Amino acid sequence: MNGSVVRIDLDIIASIVTAGARVLDLGCGDGDLLLKLAREKAVIGRGIELSEVGVRRCVAKGLSVRQGDIDVGLSDYPSASFDYVILSQTLPYVDDPKTLLQEMLRVGRRAIVSFPNLGYWRARLQLLVKGSLPEMVFSSCPWYDSPRVRPISIDGFLAVCAEAQISIIDSIYLNGTGQLRGVRKASLWSTTGLFVLECHGASRCSENRFRAGDGKE
Amino acid sequence: MSGRSVGLVQTQFYTFAHPPAELVLESGERLGPVTVAYETYGTLNADKSNAILICHALSGDAHVAGYNTLDDPKPGWWDDCVGPGKVFDTTKYFVICSNVIGGCKGSTGPASIDPRTGRPYGLGFPVVTIADMVEVQRHLIDHLGIDKLLTIVGGSMGGMQAIQWAVSYPDRMQSVIPLATTARLSPQSIALNEVGRQAIYADVSWNGGDYYGKEAGPNSGLALARMIGHITYLSDASMQEKFGRRLQYAERYGYNFQTEFAVESYLHYHGGNFIRRFDANSYLYLTKAMDYFDLANGHGGLVRRLAGVKTKFLVVSFVSDWLFPSYQSKEIVSALMANGVDVTYCDIDSPYGHDAFLLEVDRLTDLMGDFLRNVCIKEGVLTA
Repeated sequence: MNGSVVRIDLDIIASIVTAGARVLDLGCGDGDLLLKLAREKAVIGRGIELSEVGVRRCVAKGLSVRQGDIDVGLSDYPSASFDYVILSQTLPYVDDPKTLLQEMLRVGRRAIVSFPNLGYWRARLQLLVKGSLPEMVFSSCPWYDSPRVRPISIDGFLAVCAEAQISIIDSIYLNGTGQLRGVRKASLWSTTGLFVLECHGASRCSENRFRAGDGKE
Repeated sequence: MSGRSVGLVQTQFYTFAHPPAELVLESGERLGPVTVAYETYGTLNADKSNAILICHALSGDAHVAGYNTLDDPKPGWWDDCVGPGKVFDTTKYFVICSNVIGGCKGSTGPASIDPRTGRPYGLGFPVVTIADMVEVQRHLIDHLGIDKLLTIVGGSMGGMQAIQWAVSYPDRMQSVIPLATTARLSPQSIALNEVGRQAIYADVSWNGGDYYGKEAGPNSGLALARMIGHITYLSDASMQEKFGRRLQYAERYGYNFQTEFAVESYLHYHGGNFIRRFDANSYLYLTKAMDYFDLANGHGGLVRRLAGVKTKFLVVSFVSDWLFPSYQSKEIVSALMANGVDVTYCDIDSPYGHDAFLLEVDRLTDLMGDFLRNVCIKEGVLTA
């Protein structure tokens, strides 16, 4: 993922989040998004970050961040304790994406998820012609130097949301730095998908709530 | 690390809880009068909002920085962090550190004179707890006229006090920084404490705790306890780095039982040093206080116990610390998160074991300095 694409990703997230909201950023890195949200939207922001260096950079920015692994789960966060739980460009790296999405919607009222789209036509073409996964899947490194990754296509993502009874409130399709609007078959033309999610059947949410409460102490 | 020394500092004393208004301890026993030894550095600002309380660990004391006399060979125990231009900058903050009750560095402890008998308490001294230590500190903070501390920071046993403060007096601080600590002492740590105590009991000179004024105290027992302690403060990696299999005095093995390896010599040095500066009975009392520390005990779990906590937390653990492993700090963080407390947590990747909280000065300076600056901004504390 190149820098400018990540930038626009953050800009769009910042435009979605409402002022003064409680926000949890999963895999918050150096805290760029949380800082932007704090400055532009006066959010009450919290983050989880795997690396010590990332955590220290966040603290230097005045952010409250917890060093931890989102694969361990969010079970110690109370239900509905955030307005938005954000997972920006990190979904391909998590162990159990479906459970994490459900947990995000237990902890937060809404979730915002963005990821590079394996279904982009150039990616499909590269796989077909070259027989190798496209570079966009592996950040800027060759595949053998990258963290373990589970490439996701927009169509695959929509399917898991349907299965987990997660409603898509808003879909934003990006091509490079531009937003695609009114395009048919957008999943074919987008390099990045960004979705705002909400829990759809009440039964599913309360089921999650029950499960999370169980594991607390 | 940078910054200057605070220079010469005088230990001060505050005595309270005169009979019949003795301090009631967690055990129900009464103790009085109680003297607390403390030092302060820097200047309290006009609205008394820049005060930092440092809580010391097992073998620490009130002398956290600078020198008590011009002849002191070494400065206070956390001189790297307290002084002008250091993380607890004494040109901005008013820093307080007091010796714990039960200790032997000026505060009332087993070596103090029992006013009822005119003789040292010895084992007649009541068993004190971490909460009792905090209670005594709270009296001192009241005496200093401070309503709300800017932060309470401590490592190891000092971290236990810091967390206990947040539970006992949630309105009395803006933030808490527990380092390399736990909300309940693990059976492994209790076991190691007990071995240390057994070393003292087994020394005939201990004499059931009644050795004050006699020719010799339980020096070999206390030294052995300290040697065991020092092993637990290091890590496999730090011992490899510090000593390896190096021989201290000779080029080759002596095939005898003299002190040969550098690591043996290190332990002997620290054991021998400790008996000159520490009281064996205090070692028993303070390790016992740690053993009893279990915040959740009788309160329906740690989450419920921390329910009233309001202040910002910076929790720090160290990856190679096997005495207070990271998972124990994560338990604290998790329980605070469950209560919606504003927590920052960092697990510093250091090879130095438990001692890392005293050795990782640069990374701690960054973390604690940034955290504290942010607390000051948020609370509008004027420190300049």
